[in-house]
Amino acid sequence: MHIHKFEQFWIKLSFVLIAFFVATVVYGFVAMDLKVIGDHATIDPQNLADTKFGNPGVREVTRNGQTEYEVYVQTIQFAFNPGTAQPIEVPVDTRVTFYITSPDVLHGFDVAGTNLNTMAIPGQVAKFTTIFPEVREYGIVCNEYCGPAHHVMEGKIKVVPKSEFDKSNLVE
Amino acid sequence: MTFIHKYPKAAKVAKANFIVAFIALAIGGFFGFVQALHRTNVFRGFFNSGEYYTLLTGHGVLLALIFTTFFIAGLFVWGVTRSLDREPENLAYTWSWFWLMTIGTIMATVAILGGLVPDSSIRAAVLYTFYPPLQAHPLFYIGLALVVVGSWMAGADWFWSYRKWRGENPNERIPILSFMTLFTMLMWYVCTIGLALEVVGLLIPWSLGLVTEIEPLLPRTLFWFFGHAVVYFWLLPAYYVWYAILPKLSGGRLFSDSMTRIVFIIFLLLSTPVGYHHQYADPGISVGFKFYAMASTLLLLLPSLITLFTVVASMEHGARQRGGKGYLKWIGKLPWDRPAFVGCALAGIMFAAGGFSGMINASMNINLLIHNTIWVPGHFHLTVGTAVALTFMAITYWLLPQLTGRKLKHKTLALIQPYAWFLGMTLMSNAMHRAGLAGVPRRTAEPEYMGFEFEPIFGTMTEMKWQIAIGGTILTISLILFLWVVVASWLAGEKSDKPVDDHIPEPLSGVEHTPAILDNMKLWFTLALVLVILAYAFPLWEMVADGIFSPGALPRPS
Repeated sequence: MHIHKFEQFWIKLSFVLIAFFVATVVYGFVAMDLKVIGDHATIDPQNLADTKFGNPGVREVTRNGQTEYEVYVQTIQFAFNPGTAQPIEVPVDTRVTFYITSPDVLHGFDVAGTNLNTMAIPGQVAKFTTIFPEVREYGIVCNEYCGPAHHVMEGKIKVVPKSEFDKSNLVE
Repeated sequence: MTFIHKYPKAAKVAKANFIVAFIALAIGGFFGFVQALHRTNVFRGFFNSGEYYTLLTGHGVLLALIFTTFFIAGLFVWGVTRSLDREPENLAYTWSWFWLMTIGTIMATVAILGGLVPDSSIRAAVLYTFYPPLQAHPLFYIGLALVVVGSWMAGADWFWSYRKWRGENPNERIPILSFMTLFTMLMWYVCTIGLALEVVGLLIPWSLGLVTEIEPLLPRTLFWFFGHAVVYFWLLPAYYVWYAILPKLSGGRLFSDSMTRIVFIIFLLLSTPVGYHHQYADPGISVGFKFYAMASTLLLLLPSLITLFTVVASMEHGARQRGGKGYLKWIGKLPWDRPAFVGCALAGIMFAAGGFSGMINASMNINLLIHNTIWVPGHFHLTVGTAVALTFMAITYWLLPQLTGRKLKHKTLALIQPYAWFLGMTLMSNAMHRAGLAGVPRRTAEPEYMGFEFEPIFGTMTEMKWQIAIGGTILTISLILFLWVVVASWLAGEKSDKPVDDHIPEPLSGVEHTPAILDNMKLWFTLALVLVILAYAFPLWEMVADGIFSPGALPRPS
């Protein structure tokens, strides 16, 4: 087979480019802790009441001697619970783990302008951990079509200073 | 003598396919116009925001699934007939797949448009990805299934012609137009396995009420088994045009026959086992499978980069034949006043831009920044919406005279059309990409929220909104120009024995340099199946091990 020498050079360059892209992603994974959602747990979407999702909200936990928070969120047509009726309030500079599932249809849970972005799929629990670095409010957008009022589905995360974090809203 | 005079029967089949394709293009394009104005809140008087999702479903299904499939069928009928020098083997069979696809299209369209009738029970506002538990009327799923079955029969028709031809020409190499057709269809057979399992195995029985519960992740995964390869099913026919016809339109010849074949083989092998890259943000799929899909996806850059080289080299050869000189000055010698060339070339440039945003999409953890934002439709309006659609429109200016025996009318309008498309898409797509970076979601009627404002990284929200609205309007004007030129030429073009120069010259590095193993379809098809099994067998088994319909969710009206 005849491959022109320019073309051979171009093909080698292409492989270098591909290797560079794979390396970028791996570097993000390893050095910057940029993980994607994985396989956490399945759940019966018709019986969320018996699980922690039955009492959704922010929980305080102690892990490795550190105080951390767990947030259980149900995405429903057309609201985040919690998030829509009242904002999800978490302290700054603290590990927060989100657990998200849906009892009805597919939804998205996207903290606008950040890479906190997951699908909420009935039957699956999405789990991801983050640390909010600054005191501010974030919008949450449902970014998967979920029905005729999909466009009204929004919520809010309120990141507050540790000293102002109100623990009376925590759930057991 | 042109195509219609040599092969009148095949010409009729190709034209019938083009008619359905262009009707779908007209309706789907009009919906796109309404969406561009509705989303940006420039004008919301056509339909209400609930109906927006019915229009969005129509836009996606009619353009991405129906326009493409029918146009591709017409294009392949032309190419197979011409390159094997034979009419379809059995016309009753050929027309049966055409009518099956058409009936399926009508069923799906009726189900979608039913959503615009108040209180109608026939609805399908489930978008073109139709993720359950949102449920459409059974007509929708059955219609789509018929379209796919029809496309399988069409592929079988071309393999039938090939086998007959092979019987008479045992020692010939597969002609390049047929090679590209057959490999595209082999890929189509591999990837539609997922869609058939999803629609026939799960969604049709579920929409008919034979089962009530469904596990949402399983059909979603089967959809994406099909859903990425389908973009190559749209793209490879555009490549087919760029490889086989564009060099000629540039005044030159294809650079390399063997590289063309290698590119199509790589697409056959890698198109399907990459589907998980649409599910990076999904719970329930382990990171390892996602990583495997990512590596395969980035490897798919290779055939596209080779294509870039081969196509540009072929164009440069053409420009030098026309007197072009210098490192870059030859570009000016290309026929920038010929609509078919201009459309294909501008489509190629847009595809390069779409390729760059595609690399971001493919890069797993970077993808989370833009997953399901309007960046994504910004990306695929460059790829399928321009690289594919504009190539199809442009090559129509060259094919239609061959199929009708009539010269093209309104050549000036035909020339303005691809430039207008390019301009409109530049405005619309750059704004969509940037809005996506700010977090603006895709697939929403009203991207305005009460509790917060989006913070754009480049530009302002107002400027992006107007670029999308104005870009969408220019695209609509371009589409009207295209349809006008087609209808006018078809009905009233000047009849001619040779309405267009349809000669395709031999490649620079011809088939005599091409290793025979590249034509071994059984080998490559088997290898493709093995790669798919490696990618999908284990994760699918994990999903169905606890019961195919479990954990089960109840259906919800769309």
